[in-house]
Amino acid sequence: MSSGLLYAATGCVIFALGLGGVMLLDHLLRRILAFNLMGSGAFLVLVGLAQRDGTPDPVPQAMVLTGIVVAVAATALALTLARRWHALTGRDEIGAAGKQRGPDD
Amino acid sequence: MNLALAFDVLLAAALLWSAWRTLSTAQIDRAVVMFIVFGLLLTLAWARLAAPDIALAEAAIGAGLTGALLLDGLAALKRTDARRPARRTAGKVMVRIAVISVLGLLAGTLVTALISLPPAPIRLPAAVAGDLANSGVSHPVTAVLLNFRGYDTLLEVAVLLLALVGMLAVGLPPAHPGISRNSMLPTLARYALPLMVLAAVYLLWAGAHRPGGAFQAAAVLAAGGVLLNLSRLQAHWLPASRAPRLAIAGGFLLFLAIAAALLAHGGLLRYPPEQAGLLIVLIESGLTVSLAVNLAAFFLLRSTPENGQIPPATAPRESP
Amino acid sequence: MPLLDLLSGSLLLCGAFFFFAGTIGLLRFPDVYTRLHALAKADNLGLGCILAGLALQADSMALALKLLAIWPLALIASAAVGYTIARRADRLGIVPWEKPKP
Repeated sequence: MSSGLLYAATGCVIFALGLGGVMLLDHLLRRILAFNLMGSGAFLVLVGLAQRDGTPDPVPQAMVLTGIVVAVAATALALTLARRWHALTGRDEIGAAGKQRGPDD
Repeated sequence: MNLALAFDVLLAAALLWSAWRTLSTAQIDRAVVMFIVFGLLLTLAWARLAAPDIALAEAAIGAGLTGALLLDGLAALKRTDARRPARRTAGKVMVRIAVISVLGLLAGTLVTALISLPPAPIRLPAAVAGDLANSGVSHPVTAVLLNFRGYDTLLEVAVLLLALVGMLAVGLPPAHPGISRNSMLPTLARYALPLMVLAAVYLLWAGAHRPGGAFQAAAVLAAGGVLLNLSRLQAHWLPASRAPRLAIAGGFLLFLAIAAALLAHGGLLRYPPEQAGLLIVLIESGLTVSLAVNLAAFFLLRSTPENGQIPPATAPRESP
Repeated sequence: MPLLDLLSGSLLLCGAFFFFAGTIGLLRFPDVYTRLHALAKADNLGLGCILAGLALQADSMALALKLLAIWPLALIASAAVGYTIARRADRLGIVPWEKPKP
């Protein structure tokens, strides 16, 4: 197994971890972290898979560069939304978990 | 198995461990710190994958700026330390087990599919290297970013602008006093900032021949702006202030204007080969300034009590 | 030159040892001040050794000087940040650990 393929496989597992985190975690900040992990996993797959024979490939590298910048923008927007939700309702979770637990449980 | 592959295996294991710890720590501030650790380990992985541009961007933007944003959000969203023991019904436990097993199946399927892929029929590095002489720069990643896939970069700048507009629409957090007044940090900021500007200009200029470019330079400048703000040498920007808005819009508009001019003459973003180098430098300079202000604005743009202050938490509302 | 390679390799190993010692200090020391001590001293010395080892292997003098220029910048940054963290810990009321009297 070449190193590119190894990192691509790692990226798959990190993506699955992140997806599990987004679905199973409750706190908004943890979900944002899990979402970022999904993105990083996808980037590893992009570059690792293209470079599995060992030659550096500039096209997926440029795409991942774009992706990192877009991910930070998405994180900033998500944090602003989470802040607004927290300020409006006092809760840190959305959906059924938030309703069940209440603001200061 | 040679030494390099052994190092790769160790690094992959460390990546998986830090990703797992990010999700499973009980304390949220530890989770954020573990995410920053994950970002730095990922920087090493990019270096091992012969992607120094991505390594620079991941260290500056992925670990640095994202870490700063998350720590800032942590202060606003942090609750009690330990996660509350989940009052989980049997149904919820079943759902968790189902989700985890499906995800395990997904990861296994993906990894198996990866390993059994045939060699790629398309040879992109050769295609890029063949056209590199006409692109105006000599570094392949910069050529792809600003010439061959310039449209993607144009849209990316628009996405950043859109994220900022979204933040303005949702409502900005209030300005907070920041780090307590000490004399070390402002001194560091005063001496470090000229060096940071120098480093950013060097990264921008060197991006044409070697790893570097507009995004890394913008990240360094944005970090400088955040450092100035944390040492209280630069006040928060207010939503109505004109200078940051003009700076942010300027880079995108410059890129758009060049794209429109090229569209009038031929194809979208099809640079004439003699002027490609000059156009790329022009676009990159505009992008550096504008992206730096945009990235810093994620951190520095705050509301005041008079305008756009988020109303304080009132009685909890019913979910719709 | 094999002598240069030997010197460079031993500097890199020294740097790795100092980083290792600093990490053990980070994990084992009892309070935040002693941990900052381990980070600021051992890690920066390790960084200096590694940079010196890499500079000996560099292709050109310009590259070697660029590598060596990283060290004072990292030192200054770690000094300022270490001071800020220690000051904040002091403000928060964290008392320095004292060895328990026998």
